Formats: sequence, structure tokens, C-alpha cells
Amino acid sequence: MVTAAVVTTSTGLSWNLIGDYRQLLLYPFMVNAYRAGTIIAILAGALGWYMVLRRQSFAGHTLAIVSFPGAAGAILLGLSASAGYFAAAIAAAIVIAAVPRSLGGKARSSESAVIGTVQAFALACGALFVSLYGGFLNGLTNLLFGTFLGIAPAQVLTLLAVAVIALAALAIIARPLFFATVDPDVAEARGVPVRLVSTIFLILLGCAAGEVSQITGALLVFALLVMPAATAQQLTPRPALSFVLTIVAGLLTVWFGLALAYYYPAYPFGFYVTTVGFAGYVAAVGGRTLAGRSRRATLQAVTA
Amino acid sequence: MIAGLVHIFSQPFLRYAFFAGTAIALAAGLTGYFVVLRSQVFTGDALSHVAFTGAVAALAAGIDLLFGLYGACIVFAFALAALGRRGQADDTVIGNVFAWMLGLGALFLSVYTSSKSGSNGTTGVNVLFGTIFGLSARQAFTDAAVGLGVCVVIVAIGRPLLFASIDAAVASARRVPVRLLGFIFLGAVGVTAAAATQAVGALLLLGLIAAPAGAAQRLTTRPFGALWLSGGIAVASLWAGLLLAYAVPQMPPSFGIIGVATLIYLVAFALTGPARTAAAAS
Repeated sequence: MVTAAVVTTSTGLSWNLIGDYRQLLLYPFMVNAYRAGTIIAILAGALGWYMVLRRQSFAGHTLAIVSFPGAAGAILLGLSASAGYFAAAIAAAIVIAAVPRSLGGKARSSESAVIGTVQAFALACGALFVSLYGGFLNGLTNLLFGTFLGIAPAQVLTLLAVAVIALAALAIIARPLFFATVDPDVAEARGVPVRLVSTIFLILLGCAAGEVSQITGALLVFALLVMPAATAQQLTPRPALSFVLTIVAGLLTVWFGLALAYYYPAYPFGFYVTTVGFAGYVAAVGGRTLAGRSRRATLQAVTA
Repeated sequence: MIAGLVHIFSQPFLRYAFFAGTAIALAAGLTGYFVVLRSQVFTGDALSHVAFTGAVAALAAGIDLLFGLYGACIVFAFALAALGRRGQADDTVIGNVFAWMLGLGALFLSVYTSSKSGSNGTTGVNVLFGTIFGLSARQAFTDAAVGLGVCVVIVAIGRPLLFASIDAAVASARRVPVRLLGFIFLGAVGVTAAAATQAVGALLLLGLIAAPAGAAQRLTTRPFGALWLSGGIAVASLWAGLLLAYAVPQMPPSFGIIGVATLIYLVAFALTGPARTAAAAS
């Protein structure tokens, strides 16, 4: 069976999807891409779920964008891009957490100005580093819009190690973090260290943003950080169920995106992964609207 | 010093850069003040990504880049205004839509770079990070006219827009057309985003919108003082950034402009201190 698949190595999908899937996994670079994608989808789903709940999408986006000059700077200095992604994203998370946030969200507009400025400056630094490095244009688009090619086994191991540590830390703070997210005032009164928990969360979010950037590119992290969580939260209001759904949606997004990028290599991976994620979100919103309408119709029929 | 300035302005590409850049920076500074005041920085961010996709889509389709740029920005700005009840859409919705927009941008970029008309990826990268030193005479005049037009619109609707931004309920009770103002304002932001994309690039225009306005709001509490201060800081950042980029050729001009704007914001932050945060926002 395996030999037959090797002989019929053709690009393009057939009707035998399982056979296609097997054929795809015959290539070590695709296996590495799937391993990395799976690790990232789980980590991004878990942190993205909290991020959407806490309405910190803008902060998550900024952390991911900051990882771009981190990677570009690391390449310029001759270090590993992977280390640059993590260092920059985690440093930015600490900076954002240090900006004082007054109670009741009054400082929201000035906080947005801070985040916007940080974001633009980070991108400008990235542009500077890339131009100093010598206009390696293909590398620039890969840093911004992602690539699934050339993931080394060592990089997969790094991703796995960081993901395991981050998920373990998240598991420890999961309950107080959920409490602090849903009702910060009551949580504070009950003795939950709200500020500490929020800071730890932002640092973990930095880890996730640094990981996701390595696959989807710094500009497209939302495909795995926001879209699965938003989709799941459309589908169910129950926290535990939507958490599981988020991770499932993230995994499906990465797996489908990778398969499409393999079989139709004319277009970039970033396009496929965002499109799959967005299609899921649109389907969830549409399904919810339809379900709401039919429920209302039954209610009317019952009361009439 | 003066001889240096004369030398600078004897070169047409620098004259165009200063001419168009000044109008664009003033427009970005003035709209930016209201963007920050109305907490719509995230919306501005989304518009900047749409600017990229629109421009690259036009390139991929083989039509004029400006057409795609302005078309996409204005349509998306009105769509965002229509989505929210008070002309403000939900963060998660914006996030989802613009992530997909960027994905589409990546698609069009690859279509453009792999097609025969696009010889290399330089144009796509220029859309991302700006080409203010590469403006033609025609582009410079178009940009200057558009920038000045936006400034006129913002000054014309300034007073009612300020009222509507600070207290929408009281403003609508006083018969200020809050919703219409929201539409006009977001349209102006869309046009500014499209014009600024050529100057500093789609990825960096948020800096020209957010940083001067954030600094101005820290330095003064008087609304119209802050409005003009924001415009002034934006123009000053642009001039200083262009001169820096001219002096240090390895530095992209966009980095100079955003770097100076960020520096001014940091100075304003240091002068007022974090204690002002609550006072400035309330």
C-alpha cells in the first residue's frame, strides 16, 4: 500500500481522501509541518480562548507583530529566528503588562494609543532590520505571511517544549484567571491576585504569539489565535465545551490549511489557513443566526 | 546648514516627498486625534491592513494601484461604520475580518509576484512599508490634494464631531447628527489611510495616526489645542524622519518617520508621567 502510494506520487487531490492524506505524510517536511502545526494549534487555541473572552485581541495582535522585528533582528545578528520570536514577544508582553491600567476601563483610549504606537514602531524596526540585512525579499514575506516549508525537527522540539511549559502554567492559573476575567472586582474581593494573574497571562500569550508567528507569519497569527476561539464562542455559551471546541477548530484549521497548501502550492499557506479559519467563523455565525431564528419561530408557534 | 537644505530641496524626489508628506501627515495627525479620542485605534489598524489588500489586489488585477487602495479603504470604512450601532464594530468581528483580509493580501501578493507583469516582489513590499522617496509628480500632487481635502473636512465637522465623540447621548439630544458624523469621520479615516499607505506604508500608518494623537492628548487637555498639536507633531515627525533618512541612506524613510513620532510620544509620556493616564482619558 505504502509503495503504491510512493509510485503514484502526484500533486492534486483524488477522491480517496485517506489515501491522499497518507501520501502527504510520506514527506518528512510535511510530517514536521503537521507536528509543528498541531502543537501550535493546541497552544494558540487554549490561550486564544481566554484572549477573546478578555477582549485582548488588540494586545495579542501587537505581541505577534513585535515578534517580527525580533526574528528579523535575530537573523541580522546571526542568531536563530526562533529565539528572536520568543524573546521579542515575551518582552513586549511584559511592557504591555507594566503599563498601568486604571479601574473601570477609563484609560482605554490612552492604552490603545500606546499599543498602536508600540505596534507601528515594532514594524518600523522590522523594516529597518530587513533593509540592513540586505533586502532579502522572500525572507521578508515569509516572516510576515508565514511558511510551512523547512521546519527542522529541532524547531519542532523547541515549539513542543515551550508549548508544554506554557500549557502547564496556564493549567495552574486557569481557574483564578477565569474568575478574574469574568468578574475582576468580585475576584479581587475574594483574594484572587488579579494583577499577577493578568501579567502571567500576557506573558503566556506572548509565548503563544511567538510560536504561532513561526508558522503563520507575524501578520496572520489571528488565524489561530482569534478565529477558532471566536467560532467556538459563537457555537456554545458553556465555558468547558467552548474551550474544547476552540482547540478542535484550531486543529482542523491547521490541518486543512496545510493539506490545501500542499496540494495547491500556487498560493501561500497564510492565505489557506486564514480562509479556512474565517470560513469556520462565518459558518458558526450563520448557523447561530439560523438556529436563533428557528427557535424564535417555534416559540411563536407554541405561544400562538 | 542652509547650504545643506538648499541642496536637499534642489532634488525633485525630496521636494515631492516633503510636499505630499506634509499634507498627508497633517491629515493623519488631525484624524488621529479623533481616532484616539473615540477609541477607534483598532479600527484604524484594520483599515491599514485593508489598504494593503486593496493595493495588492489592484496590482494583481493589473489596474492602477491607487484605484484599489482608495476603493478598498473607503468601502471598508463605511462597512465598519454600518456594522456598529454607534459606528463602532466589535473587536472580535474586526479581528476576524482583518485577519482574513491579510490572508487575501498574501494571496494577491503571490499572484502578483508570480505573474508576468510583476517582475519582482518590490512593489508589494513598497505597499507594506511605503515609498515616499519614490513618488512621481502626479502622485505627489494627488496625495497633497487628498490630504488637504481631509484636513478641510475634519476642521469643518470638528466641533460637532468633538461633541458627538465626548457625549453621544447629549449630542443627539441636541440634534447633532451623531450617526452621520460617524460615517463621515470613518470615511475620512479611510481616505487618510489610503493616502498614508503611499507615504509610510500600510503597516506603519497606524504610528502616524496613533502616536502624535496620543502625545498631544498627554500634553494638553484643551480639545482644539490637542487637535492642532497632534497635527503639528505628525508633520514635525515626517520632516525630521525624512531628513534623517536622507542623512543615513541605510535607514528606510518610514522607519525615520515612525521612529521620531514614537520618540515624541515617549518624551510626552516621560514629561507627564503615568499619573496623567487616568486624568487624560476621563
